[in-house]
Amino acid sequence: MNTLERAGTSLSNYLLRLGDSALIISQQLCGWCGHAPTLEEDVALSNIALDLLGQSRLWLEYAGASMVPAQDEDDLAYRRDAHQFRNVLLVEQPNGNFADTQVRQFLFDSWHCLLLTELSSSTDTKIGAIATKARKEATYHLQHSSQWIVRLGDGSARSHRYAQRALELCADYVGELFEMDAIDLELANVGIGADMAALQPQWQAYVEQVLAAANLVYPANPIKRRGGKRGQHSELLVGVLMEMQHLARSYPGAQW
Amino acid sequence: MPNELSTWEVFVRSQNGIAHRHIGSVQASDSAMALQYARDVYTRRDNFVSLWVVASEHVISSAGQDLVAWFETAHDKDYRQATYYPVPQGVQHL
Repeated sequence: MNTLERAGTSLSNYLLRLGDSALIISQQLCGWCGHAPTLEEDVALSNIALDLLGQSRLWLEYAGASMVPAQDEDDLAYRRDAHQFRNVLLVEQPNGNFADTQVRQFLFDSWHCLLLTELSSSTDTKIGAIATKARKEATYHLQHSSQWIVRLGDGSARSHRYAQRALELCADYVGELFEMDAIDLELANVGIGADMAALQPQWQAYVEQVLAAANLVYPANPIKRRGGKRGQHSELLVGVLMEMQHLARSYPGAQW
Repeated sequence: MPNELSTWEVFVRSQNGIAHRHIGSVQASDSAMALQYARDVYTRRDNFVSLWVVASEHVISSAGQDLVAWFETAHDKDYRQATYYPVPQGVQHL
């Protein structure tokens, strides 16, 4: 049995969920570098990716420090396999076309902002401090993706079709964002974690408001796909990790 | 899509009380996106307190045809420069 699994406490698992979700969506956004529709959007997406990478480092550093034996952020990012990642399934969905990426980002950012706002008053002061810093960045990310949702949804017939289709694909992964399992409940009850289920109506209200401006319709009965927070991932994550971990695994200990 | 984009001039202010200065331009579909892109492209590495974007089409320019009549006439009038005048002996605090 792997040391990481033996060492997994509720707190370290919770921190891994936060860190892994930010890490994987950051890696995904990096895939747009050099490929975005305009130079400006290329820079914007790369900035957002870097913000999320920075946040992920803070979460993973804390997660690793809370493990026995302690792990560093690189151990966690580069030397774990897919089943040891605790990110939500939404972030491992493919970049697809530009609308797919922006819809995925919009659903993520709108959830992430609420999550970080809630965590900024965590009874764990370190979590509170990281969330307070990250929330400022996430607020901007949400403005950016919300603007795109309106422009894609209310743009051309083609952009509208792509955005609506993306929404239908991604909505199946929203349920997991607000799912409260035993670890979530345990940490929420002691004031360390966030009660996301309680925040879903607030999330829904914001999302509906943006979608209304975009002439998009939230799917009526999405499936609730889940499992990412417990390490049950699709093969999509394997592909993301192969690229992300390639250098670190091919040249162990490589430095520059 | 590219033909729906227009150019916006970007101005930044580094602290209150200082004038906004031109820093570059971005291409965007509308003012809201232009402002966001200006933030992403130009403000990432420095501390700024304010951003302006102005549609480039609204900037009135002294175009090339005015170059000689407007600006070259100053070249041979170096007496307009303070440095043209010798400092009289004995002048202090200059």
